[in-house]
Amino acid sequence: MVFLSHIWLIPLLPALGAATMLFFGRKLQKTTINAVCVGSVILAFIFACGAVWQYTDYSRANPGKPYQNIVYTWLGTGNGATGVSPIQPYGETQPQIIFLTRDGRPAPFQADAGFLLDPLSSIWLLFVTGVGALIHIYSTGYMAHEGGYYRFFGYLNLFMFSMLTLILANNYVLMFVGWEGVGLCSYLLIGFYFHRPSASTAANKAFIVNRIGDAGFLLGMFTIAWYFGSLQFTEVTQLARSGHFAIGDPIITAATLLLFVGACGKSAQIPLYIWLPDAMEGPTPVSALIHAATMVTAGVYMVARSNALFVLAPTSMKTVAIIGALTAIFAASIGLVQNDIKRVLAYSTVSQLGYMFLALGVGAFAAGVFHVFTHAFFKALLFLGSGSVIHAMSGEQDMRNMGDLHKRIPITHWTMFIATFAIAGIPPFAGFFSKDEILWQAWSSEGGAYRLLWLVGFVTALMTAFYMFRLMFLTFHGRPRMSHEVEHHIHESPKSMTVPLIILAVCATCAGWLGWPHSLGGSDRFAKFLEPVFAREAAVFQAEGKSAQLAAGVREEEHTSPIEYGLMFLSVGAAIIGWGLAWRAYREADRGYIEPIAAKAPALYDVLYHKYYVDEGYDYVVTGRRKVGDTRLGVMGAGEAASWFDSHVIDGMVNGAGWITRFSGTLTSWWDKWIIDGLLINVPANVSRVMSYPMRLLEWGLVQWYALVMVIGLVYFVCMALGLSLWFWLFVGFVLLLTIGYVLVRYLIQRFAT
Amino acid sequence: MAPIGTVHYLVVAAALFILGVIGVLTRRNVVIILMSIELILNAVNLNLVAFSRLWGLHGQVFAIFVITDAAAEAAVGLGILIAFFRNKETVNVDEIDLLKW
Repeated sequence: MVFLSHIWLIPLLPALGAATMLFFGRKLQKTTINAVCVGSVILAFIFACGAVWQYTDYSRANPGKPYQNIVYTWLGTGNGATGVSPIQPYGETQPQIIFLTRDGRPAPFQADAGFLLDPLSSIWLLFVTGVGALIHIYSTGYMAHEGGYYRFFGYLNLFMFSMLTLILANNYVLMFVGWEGVGLCSYLLIGFYFHRPSASTAANKAFIVNRIGDAGFLLGMFTIAWYFGSLQFTEVTQLARSGHFAIGDPIITAATLLLFVGACGKSAQIPLYIWLPDAMEGPTPVSALIHAATMVTAGVYMVARSNALFVLAPTSMKTVAIIGALTAIFAASIGLVQNDIKRVLAYSTVSQLGYMFLALGVGAFAAGVFHVFTHAFFKALLFLGSGSVIHAMSGEQDMRNMGDLHKRIPITHWTMFIATFAIAGIPPFAGFFSKDEILWQAWSSEGGAYRLLWLVGFVTALMTAFYMFRLMFLTFHGRPRMSHEVEHHIHESPKSMTVPLIILAVCATCAGWLGWPHSLGGSDRFAKFLEPVFAREAAVFQAEGKSAQLAAGVREEEHTSPIEYGLMFLSVGAAIIGWGLAWRAYREADRGYIEPIAAKAPALYDVLYHKYYVDEGYDYVVTGRRKVGDTRLGVMGAGEAASWFDSHVIDGMVNGAGWITRFSGTLTSWWDKWIIDGLLINVPANVSRVMSYPMRLLEWGLVQWYALVMVIGLVYFVCMALGLSLWFWLFVGFVLLLTIGYVLVRYLIQRFAT
Repeated sequence: MAPIGTVHYLVVAAALFILGVIGVLTRRNVVIILMSIELILNAVNLNLVAFSRLWGLHGQVFAIFVITDAAAEAAVGLGILIAFFRNKETVNVDEIDLLKW
């Protein structure tokens, strides 16, 4: 169990690589950088394989039980720890974080640095590390002549760390850490050529649009914590499956819808998909790794991870399915007419992600995950192939300037063709199995509305085949349309790039065989493997009266029904029709070739070419770039209007109130000073003061003066008693004389002594 | 020469009293004023003793009381004076005019 118990090493290895690049990268040789960064990811892949291999043993011993390894309790106390916990740095002394759940129950908040390995995370773990390692190897060739080599690999490793944290987390909080981490790396890598304004703008766009989704994720997370009292996947799933919660519970519906907002942001669904096509400003390996194979499937992963909750919220499920289907057809139709090779692939990615959400929304979690798995290989392959094409074309990305490359770069050509077969759904390539499973699940879901979803998916499949073969024919066939100088430089990519292409081509061919359906004599191992994660959901769906979506075994008879063969035939037919249409239109494409859509329906072509004017619409509604005069439109305009209202009306009222207060204060102060104090207080006081002056002359504070007055009084009484009034007056006169003389003398002394 | 009678004592006492009063009223030094107050008190004592010859011992008892009182008063007065001197560094009554306020 050495790999399983050291599962925390898997994300840590790329993190160490990233840290090395951060601190020493500038000084290192390219070979050292390759050894550290590529090596760490390859090691992580080996560890991941070992861990999954050991997990299969583990799950044989404990059927249906996920493996949890809580390294340490990150927030809250560790009393809920269930796994092996070798390190408990704070132990019992760490303070508990208590919050009240909805029913007033105090629940200790706890988030671990804990790792969860179950079939779902195993699949992600394997293809993220596997495809990641291949793309790292490819990048050593692709980025060989670029500046910022160490920076690029540092970011890539950081991305691997974040993504592995995201998929191995055993609770929503740690998952969110990874979620934000991949968002950051996405931002950094889209803006890798930051000196290009379009790249930095695209990076900002991706980051900001993702923030909107992240806000939804956070709110959903809070709702779950509040409602269930826990954020651990195992606990939440257990509670949700306990039967205490009714199907259609409004709070669970709200929580799942909020989570889906997060998924929409990360996985580029309507209405938040707008960042992904622009994300193609990043280097092509980044587009392959982050914006096609791994990061953008994080939303799918999160929804699949929360499947127990989503099953309890049919409204959310419907929303997911409808948004998924709409995104699929919407993006595919845009992809029909784009000329930038990477942009076509970007819209293709958005469209395929829509498929995945369609599958999740109709309850076919296993089928959705299966499509993620196959898509990772063939879409990574397509992007890496397009990177190889761009490499060969000296940086040219416009397909109008390509053509007839198939003899010049044969390996790229053949591997990309395999990927195209896979994505178009032509058997026996990988995409056929997963896409067909999704379409079949959509068809066999309850109700006519789901048939409509199937129809949308079917039309999307047709479009997918068309735009992919259009891309292939425009790029590799037809007449050469590039300039002579570019043509002169065309060369097949180095081994470091072609070998990953070949490996991925093998995967894109074979990956689908894991889910070979029963109807074609297979055993659908993939769905079986995922059964422990989703099996219960099938039961819930059945209990609700819906036909089971998930466990293949449950509907084995149905699976072999003639309808399924019919649908299979139809989707293969659609793929071949798309192929044929593209072949007819672009086989001989020369300079100034005519787009068939532009020829038949120019208005439609214009709308599609301008991506339904969604970005322009967002400019009107959201970003505030559109102005009438000086006034912005849309939300920003409303914000500015509110700001104006605030600063002029609200603040005006506040200032007015302040002014009135101050004015009345001045008035009161004046009244107080002049009327109250001046007239009523000071006047009587001054009158009494003035009137007191005569008395004050007698009272000058000298003890002896008082004594003298006393003596005069005494003498007066004595004289009166003896009838000697004359003597008294003589005495008084004498005393006065003495006093005046004394005062005079003292005055003179004071005046002239100094 | 008439024998020395009560009137003689009274005249001496009156003279002493007036001397004391004049001292209290005219001197600037508080110590001297206190001494003058002693003169006044002793003039009274003289009167009391003189009258006790006519009317029994009450006067002498009173005189003893007055002496005690004088001692106490001198003690308190000098104590106040020392405290005052520490604050104002003067014993001149002309400068001791805080009562004005």
